[in-house]
Amino acid sequence: MSDLSGQEVAAPSAKDVAEQAADWIQRREFWTWTEHEQAALDAWLAESLAHRIAYTRLEVAWSRTARVTALRSSRPAGRSAKRSWISLMWMRTAAALVVVTAAGIGAEQYFKAPLETTYATAVGEHETIKLADGSRIELNTGTILKTSHTDTRRLVKLVKGEAFFIIKHDSSNSFTVIAGNHRVTDLGTKFLIRSEPNRLEVALVEGRAAFDSADGRAQSPIVLIPGDSLVVSDNQIRTTRKSTQILADELGWRRGMLVFENASLREAADEINRYNAHKVVVADQAAAQMKISAAFPTTGIEDFVQLAHQLLGLKVDRRDGEIVISR
Amino acid sequence: MIEIPETSREDAGPPRSGASVSTAEVMVWFAREVLPMEPTLMHFLRSNWRNKDDIDDLRQDVYLRVCEAAQKEFPDHVRPFVLATARNLLINRARRERVVPIEAITDLDVTGIAMDVPSPERAAIARDELRRLQAAIDHLPPRCREAFVLGRVEGLTGREIAARMGISEKTASEHLAKGIYAVAETLHGEGVSPGGKR
Repeated sequence: MSDLSGQEVAAPSAKDVAEQAADWIQRREFWTWTEHEQAALDAWLAESLAHRIAYTRLEVAWSRTARVTALRSSRPAGRSAKRSWISLMWMRTAAALVVVTAAGIGAEQYFKAPLETTYATAVGEHETIKLADGSRIELNTGTILKTSHTDTRRLVKLVKGEAFFIIKHDSSNSFTVIAGNHRVTDLGTKFLIRSEPNRLEVALVEGRAAFDSADGRAQSPIVLIPGDSLVVSDNQIRTTRKSTQILADELGWRRGMLVFENASLREAADEINRYNAHKVVVADQAAAQMKISAAFPTTGIEDFVQLAHQLLGLKVDRRDGEIVISR
Repeated sequence: MIEIPETSREDAGPPRSGASVSTAEVMVWFAREVLPMEPTLMHFLRSNWRNKDDIDDLRQDVYLRVCEAAQKEFPDHVRPFVLATARNLLINRARRERVVPIEAITDLDVTGIAMDVPSPERAAIARDELRRLQAAIDHLPPRCREAFVLGRVEGLTGREIAARMGISEKTASEHLAKGIYAVAETLHGEGVSPGGKR
């Protein structure tokens, strides 16, 4: 391993190094790449920290260009007429689904599409579905989800709740999730979708996905890259960047944990209530606004109550089916 | 265990002997904390160094020093640290080359710059990024752009690009490498425009 402490030694020019790094990336992306090439790249990277820096810098830019690819894949030129007909059908289906579900009537009659399967988790449950193509969907508490597929597309409807998707990408067999009147088209991805009344969140962990609104005013799809978190509420779409840590916290339920970082007691109570039949009620505003940072098992409603009682000094009242917390 | 990748393709390597932070960690930190402020750094270098041909090398030197320091310990405040490193580098170069009066640089108010420019705005809507990308690609020379688009957007392999464009595989490689290099310059250099010009 070479040491680079000799800063005064004349190094190859920055442009030379950057051009070499660019050459490595194009070789890796566009030409035969075997262990042999990988070993050569590793050796080049190990030669100097400057090599690593240049490579990282170009690699970051290169991954950002993934958005262009994603955009194109979701709107192939020349086939727009057919595509838009299909997406219109999807939109109608999704809208119908929401209405029908809200009215409490089975939605099946609306779907003559073949092979629709419905999955549901009860409050507090966490279930993993393995699809035939190797994709996995993890359902969080209180979630209803329907899958259907044809030869050319895989379709999932998230009726309510939250699910984490780990999708095997197949360009000839698109994967689309519809939630409310929005849809997310996978382009090789791990992502989270959480659907609540009046609020929809999509967080991308890995890969790429395209997000569409199906309200008839659809502009070009928004392409999501890892770390992007998109929230739709009150017809506003907001995209923010989330750190790996925050995303990991949000996905804590996958390992049965709820993680709160400076959350208000109200937020934490709402969250833990999603997983438990017995509900916590935070009775007054002063208590509701207290902040906590803590991690609980999803079923740890008692831990939560104990924390409120012992650490925050709040009163706990147990009534039928409810645990009331107050100042 | 939860599986969340740090970055899509972090090239994890063995920790450097004697260093307390692994190179892979430093690179993740570099990509996340340092790269987004490249526009500010470039602005600083350009406004304080006369010879524009040196700028790329200066940037590389700044990054190298910053990452070497990070291998020992991550600085608490990245922006002031990077800009102070840049200033010290310029002072040393000026001393050695005797081309710029040193006072001109020692007066630089690095902390002022660090405060002036909004911290990298990560809440940008995806569409802005898309526009920036489009501009970066539009700026490529025509043949280079064609190869880049065929490869990145259409998903062709190097061999297919060469065949489609009627060029040798070597030339296709060169176009692609040049495209990757130039797009990175535009993307990093213009990440967030200082002073909010748009």
